[in-house]
Amino acid sequence: MKRFAALYDRLDRTTATNAKLAALVDYFRQAPAADAAWAVRFLTGRRFKRLVNTRELREWTVAASGLPPWLVEDSYEHVGDLAETMHLLLPDAQQDQPTPTLHALIKQQIQPLRQLDDEARQQRVTELWSSLSGSERFLLNKILTGGFRVGVSKRLVTRALAEVAGVDSSLIAHRLMGRWQATPDFFQRLIAPASDDDLDQATPYPFFLASPLEDEPETLGEAGEWQAEWKWDGIRAQLIRRGGQTFIWSRGEELMEGRFPEIEAAAETLPDGSVLDGEIMAWRDGQPLPFAVLQKRIGRKKPGPKTLQTAPVAFLAYDCLEQDAEDLRDQPLRERMTALDQVLHKACGLHRSECIAFDDWQALPELKAQSRERGVEGIMLKHLASPYQVGRKRGDWWKWKVEPYTFDGVLIYAQPGHGRRSGLFTDYTFAVHDGNELVPVAKAYSGLTQAEIDRLDRWIRNHTRERFGPVRSVEPVHVFELAFEGIQASPRHKSGIAMRFPRIHRWREDLTVADADRLDDLKKLLPDTQR
Amino acid sequence: MKKGLLYPDAGGLYCPAGDFWIDPLKPVPRAIITHAHADHARSGNAEVFAATPGIPVLDHRVGGADALSACDYGQPFELGQARVTLFPAGHILGSATVRIETGDGIWGVSGDFKRAPDPTCAPFEPFACDTWLTECTFGLPVYRWQDTTEVIDEIIDWWQGCRDQQRPAVLFCYALGKAQRVLAELHGRAEGPVWLHGAMQPLTDCYRAQGLDLIETRPVSAAEKGYRFAGDLIMAPPSAAGSPWMRRFPKHGSGFVSGWMRIRGNRRRRGYDRGFVLSDHADWPALIQTAQDMGARRVITIHGNGEALSGFLREQGIDSEAWNLRQTLRQA
Repeated sequence: MKRFAALYDRLDRTTATNAKLAALVDYFRQAPAADAAWAVRFLTGRRFKRLVNTRELREWTVAASGLPPWLVEDSYEHVGDLAETMHLLLPDAQQDQPTPTLHALIKQQIQPLRQLDDEARQQRVTELWSSLSGSERFLLNKILTGGFRVGVSKRLVTRALAEVAGVDSSLIAHRLMGRWQATPDFFQRLIAPASDDDLDQATPYPFFLASPLEDEPETLGEAGEWQAEWKWDGIRAQLIRRGGQTFIWSRGEELMEGRFPEIEAAAETLPDGSVLDGEIMAWRDGQPLPFAVLQKRIGRKKPGPKTLQTAPVAFLAYDCLEQDAEDLRDQPLRERMTALDQVLHKACGLHRSECIAFDDWQALPELKAQSRERGVEGIMLKHLASPYQVGRKRGDWWKWKVEPYTFDGVLIYAQPGHGRRSGLFTDYTFAVHDGNELVPVAKAYSGLTQAEIDRLDRWIRNHTRERFGPVRSVEPVHVFELAFEGIQASPRHKSGIAMRFPRIHRWREDLTVADADRLDDLKKLLPDTQR
Repeated sequence: MKKGLLYPDAGGLYCPAGDFWIDPLKPVPRAIITHAHADHARSGNAEVFAATPGIPVLDHRVGGADALSACDYGQPFELGQARVTLFPAGHILGSATVRIETGDGIWGVSGDFKRAPDPTCAPFEPFACDTWLTECTFGLPVYRWQDTTEVIDEIIDWWQGCRDQQRPAVLFCYALGKAQRVLAELHGRAEGPVWLHGAMQPLTDCYRAQGLDLIETRPVSAAEKGYRFAGDLIMAPPSAAGSPWMRRFPKHGSGFVSGWMRIRGNRRRRGYDRGFVLSDHADWPALIQTAQDMGARRVITIHGNGEALSGFLREQGIDSEAWNLRQTLRQA
């Protein structure tokens, strides 16, 4: 634990990427494999299924600190991070306690928490709090609360491991995909030289991600070298059929077992040794259904017959990464398209995401303009000679999205953010006019510059009307232009609508509250069936 | 609000018995200024009373030497019907707390204060009072300070680390008080010179002129053109961060010395490499300890968000409330 805490301190005490990389490389070279495996797990953002809930942690903090519960809550609101708040409130640890290794701490102290009764868990955690000091205790709390964002990206960890292993970082990225246990053995395989047979058959390939196209498509060169596809608004997924088994992975590397039985059934007809990249869509009669329909399926682990009936899904394949157990990722897209056709030809119930025929770049804007009508987000442009790369690499795959909708809303509530934004009012609620009232329609967190956030934060503090816990209502004065991707009827919201991905476009200081939009106008954007 | 020796009005904190304001927010006929920080000391007052060791800095900051009356710590003087005594607040050089006595009782008022030792100023001196008006800048239990020595060790280690890599080490802190406290702590523990931003120079001279021992300093403006400050320590106010002035220090490491650095998010959002938790304010335990040391039956918080402290003290059986002076000013 000492070594891991020292790594954390090194990472936390610099903003330079190279310094962070060097710290990671040093750690992975020196740490015992048993510890390093856990470090990889935490630093790549994999969390434990909750071992203790946050309510318990707060109660135990109250008990261990001797502070009244409301003061612990006030402190949390101020700090914006529960793990850190607990660490700052707890009494200093007793000095000179022997510190267990990271591996021992997790195996002997943290994982067994799940089996203990409430009292024993509190006792165990309180003992740990009084035996660990400084960053060690902060990290313990991070492990207990689940979130582990310490200013290191998964990509940086991958680069560091690649340097230690002396292999390409795309191989490390591949080895880090899918399911694995944080064992010494796993860490040894992770940093082993390249070989063919070190991957589990469920292991997905790292996803290749498109970059937003900021210029006009003409800037990409010869139109004939590019393939255009509709950009589906569903769940990006990788469908694996190997060894007589099917695995569906989300882009967040979640195994979506049992959630989409109709896709799993169709996948059984795929030839063995096939891996497809595509999109899970709510789909009926060859047409996409709104994203809100898909949402009914997202949280559902075992959908019942009614859900399957009202929210049917389909897999739209647009790339073939493996055919006959052969990795095709280095082949040009053109070849992979042929493979895709061959694989799908033998299967039934899986759809091909058709390419858009276009002769020259001039034809595309008009097609793109049909996006909303077709229920898609825009157009994908892929170079026909492109290999299937790892992560977001610019140049070969572009997403050309339709302009978002926008509206002008009035800031009415604010609440403090978390993490980097703790202690600053950065979570805002915006309203529009409905008769003589202002009704909240959207919450947004992003889109302002730091200078604007600071200025707005000061203003909010000085113009608070009422407080409801951490939330403050403010005088309705400031108008913001917000962008969003879509709108749905929602009986759960007072306004009767729910927006998809609202974010701040700009602070409209030139507008007054009277200039803000009206709810009726927003409702005109609802799909016809919901109006 | 209960009637008392002081109440908030449009000018700030007003004492009717003595017809004066403490740290007024706008120009008034007669003011007591607790210390020279900008949120306490403003110019334009006709008559100003301040602690003797604070006069040079105050004169430098707000001017008006003619209006300034120097008051020795612990020496009572009369203003109208009030008997006033200034006591050391331990915040910065020449900072004071105010004891006000009338036939109606004794009130104590803090500008800002701390209880941790500071080589640049006289230590805080408690005195008995009925009502204690306390600052509350760090009024939550998450704020607990470590020993100054440990923090100075951290600063020296970090500076040494930058020196090993031949990089400049730029340390940001408030130009008045914190900068000189760090320079005094470094005196005898590290080898100078330390380079100073222009805003820190005259204030540091003020401190030296009063006989305080600080590590050797040089103004950055005195460095030769093209000098790269490799391995040197530079001190600058936070306003210099991100300014073109910083281009003089290629590949520098950055640190910020402040009580706010206790919270990780505060540091990360400002993009400093290191945060050194050293404050010139009382931490939570010291705020509570001081409320007890003053023996006050009633405690009123005045600067900062005092709701938590006053709520906590009420639970401890002390009559307590939070005043928001700025709000009062706006409403007036």
